[in-house]
Amino acid sequence: MMKDILKRLTEKFPISEIEEQRANMIFVTMPKINAVQCISYLKQFEGFTHLVMLAAVDYIEDGIFQLTYILHNYELHTDIGIRVQIDRKQPVMESIHTLWAQARTYQQELKEMFGIDFPGSPDIDEPFLLEGWQNIPPMRKDFDTLKYSQETFFPRPGRKHYDPQKYMKEKLYPDKEPE
Amino acid sequence: MKKDNRLLPNKDMPDFERDYFCDAHPETVKPLKGFIEKFLNWARANSLWILGFGTGCGAIELRPLMTARFDMFRYGMAPRPTPRQSCVFVIGGYASIKTLKRIVRSYEQIQAPKFVLALGSCTINGGMYFDSYNTINRIDHYIPVDAYVTGCMPRPEAIIAGLRKLQELIKQGKAEKANEYIENFEWYKANQKKVIKDWNMPDYNW
Repeated sequence: MMKDILKRLTEKFPISEIEEQRANMIFVTMPKINAVQCISYLKQFEGFTHLVMLAAVDYIEDGIFQLTYILHNYELHTDIGIRVQIDRKQPVMESIHTLWAQARTYQQELKEMFGIDFPGSPDIDEPFLLEGWQNIPPMRKDFDTLKYSQETFFPRPGRKHYDPQKYMKEKLYPDKEPE
Repeated sequence: MKKDNRLLPNKDMPDFERDYFCDAHPETVKPLKGFIEKFLNWARANSLWILGFGTGCGAIELRPLMTARFDMFRYGMAPRPTPRQSCVFVIGGYASIKTLKRIVRSYEQIQAPKFVLALGSCTINGGMYFDSYNTINRIDHYIPVDAYVTGCMPRPEAIIAGLRKLQELIKQGKAEKANEYIENFEWYKANQKKVIKDWNMPDYNW
């Protein structure tokens, strides 16, 4: 079943990478410009009617954000993930709130946490979790959360830190020489 | 007691809320003398009404206190739905900035005498969220705390022990943190406004 869907997809869209994680879980990577078309096609013609989630990863070393849309097909009990890589300097993506109204919440969160803009999505500029945030979006890799916390939130002195690997080694194998 | 007639600036409060709050500076209430205060403290200690505001994950440990097994009612403690009727505020663990704004607002709405019990390591030094961008490290820089309960999370027995300790402090007349808050009002406000960036409420929520 999944093979046929994949075959039809590769005929229609320029898929650059296919990753089969399980028999019923497949990830495809495609350019930004085709992604919403593909999602729309999957929803209308292939029965992927459920939007499981929309998430982003910050690959700062490659200069991209990777968006992952995961869709579910209730009849086949299969999932398909559409991966889109967008430029980190111009983080703008087409909105899918017209396909699933609930996508606006994901998009609002992504705008706040990563600074990825979805023009046209409802309330995209409203604060979602962070009220009155004035720094760069906190989920970006170049945001130093420890430094921000120490500068802002009055750390109590006397806090000890242990390296978990070293600490457990000393606890469990005190006689063994460290490698 | 120093008489303070300064007015609060309330400069970030929205216009439609202005009619509901006065601009007066809050004042300390001096404890009475001798056995009257002792009697009052004894009465206060034996009727602790807890604000039913679950802040953070520790709030889940407050529910068992109402059950037959732990039974907080034998000590005269009861949950109340609104800050106006309660006198104990239990901070249940980590407080995010969004919650802290509501905590400040609720704490100021509680009528004195009021007491704060802070649960878990998150309220003491940030706990496992010490490096988070969105949770504060020490609650005692924003509102005064009478007693802490350590643990992550403390069990209901520990919370009962903490509340018993609070009762002891009240009986000894040591739980005067509500006055301390008013005395160091500027310091607390500066700390609160340092983290709550979208301050759109009065400087003191009467």
